[in-house]
Amino acid sequence: MSELKRTPLYGEYEKFGAKTIDFGGWELPVQFTGIIHEHELTRTRVAMFDVSHMGEIKVTGKDSLPFLQRLVTNDVAKLVPNRAQYSFMLNENGGTIDDFLIYMLAEDDYLLVVNAANRKKDYEWLLQHKRKDEHVEITDVSDSYGLIAVQGPKAVDVIAAMTDTDINGLRPFSFLQDVKLSDVDVPVMLSRTGYTGEDGFEIYIEADQTRELWRALLKHGEPFGLEPAGLGARDTLRFEAGLPLYGQELSEDISPLEAGLDFAVKLNKEADFIGKKALLKQKEAGVKRKLVGIEMIDKGIPRTGYPVLNEKDEEIGFVTTGTKSPTLNKHIGFALVNTAYGEIGTELFVQVRNKKLKAKVIETPFYKREA
Amino acid sequence: MNIPKDLLYSKEHEWVRREGSDLRIGITDFAQSELGDIVFVELPEVGDELTANEPFGSVESVKTVSELYAPVSGKVVEVNEELEEHPEYVNESPYEKAWMIVIEPSDDSELDDLLTAEEYEAHISK
Repeated sequence: MSELKRTPLYGEYEKFGAKTIDFGGWELPVQFTGIIHEHELTRTRVAMFDVSHMGEIKVTGKDSLPFLQRLVTNDVAKLVPNRAQYSFMLNENGGTIDDFLIYMLAEDDYLLVVNAANRKKDYEWLLQHKRKDEHVEITDVSDSYGLIAVQGPKAVDVIAAMTDTDINGLRPFSFLQDVKLSDVDVPVMLSRTGYTGEDGFEIYIEADQTRELWRALLKHGEPFGLEPAGLGARDTLRFEAGLPLYGQELSEDISPLEAGLDFAVKLNKEADFIGKKALLKQKEAGVKRKLVGIEMIDKGIPRTGYPVLNEKDEEIGFVTTGTKSPTLNKHIGFALVNTAYGEIGTELFVQVRNKKLKAKVIETPFYKREA
Repeated sequence: MNIPKDLLYSKEHEWVRREGSDLRIGITDFAQSELGDIVFVELPEVGDELTANEPFGSVESVKTVSELYAPVSGKVVEVNEELEEHPEYVNESPYEKAWMIVIEPSDDSELDDLLTAEEYEAHISK
């Protein structure tokens, strides 16, 4: 096996007794003190996550808007500088190449923040689909960025304590560039985004200054109870909030329509985008499978890949993610099932190792924070 | 790492306590700490026959499922029903509150294959 990649914060993990795992080729902390503790901390106070492994790809040049419109599902023309948008790239069959955020830094200047495991694939896909006559420059700048997510109801207090910039007006999916934070020498990009279902920020910084930012956040976050949290909690948090994880709820074999993520697919936008024909077909015929929330009735926990069955033992789908929800204290999961079994309240079965256990379809998201 | 001297251990991280002719079984402090927060424990039923080194149940953490392996063969005579409501006992009290089953061993000579506390300590520090 090739050596695992490490973020600039690797040296900081150990001070907190973190356990690390191989996450798509990266050696990252799965937990610091414990997944449930870190999960609850994020729901009730504030935690910070090292997500520097995420990929960043720059798309610039005078044809960057029409180029992106041709490659992604959302309507990039709706973006204005300092706004971000969730989007997908699809293959011709409507399967998902990746899901990501597009940050509009300025006119003809976009930053795609993509899944670490898909970084190379995305970059090559973009290059491959650039037409010779298009004035577009595509650059993988992942290694120049560090990224820390500060998430939880107290996140806004932590950041407010570190800057003179007014952040109260910073709405979800908006961001500010060149923000000065206390005890951090270089300006950062401060984005009101996250992957936990809580209020929070994602802070982009020059890679070699990431450790300084981490330490500054620890210092200024301490009065608010901030602690570091790992990928384990990040996963349970995003899962409860109904946010998909690429490789589980989305893949090259799963379309965003099947995953119920229509809000980021603009079939009516002017430009044709790759995969649009396939999606239109799915839409006309109705999707054959759909992603649903399930709750176990019998005792057991649904896990990624477990088959979903009907009463007659026919396989009607599979579990994409499942765990015991720390917030709801229930055994729940996402499953991609034949649409006929997608109605709320439908009873179905999960093959949990050697047992066929009863479950029912429930509403998603499982968790929604109070406004 | 807590490894009580008076217990026997399996390489699969179960502990075994002799109680008269019966054996009480659970998982070690090392195992629970490696697994993280335990959220579900699946155990056999009283009367089930277990075979040494075969799975008899599972413990699930937030992220993973791990099988429990019978350290020796025998019949289950008692099951800790409390773990259904309180899987966190496995983290909090692996040798006391989180005992899992009591078995009546069918072949005492299998006990010779288990590790002493010293041997188990050497096994996990490998």
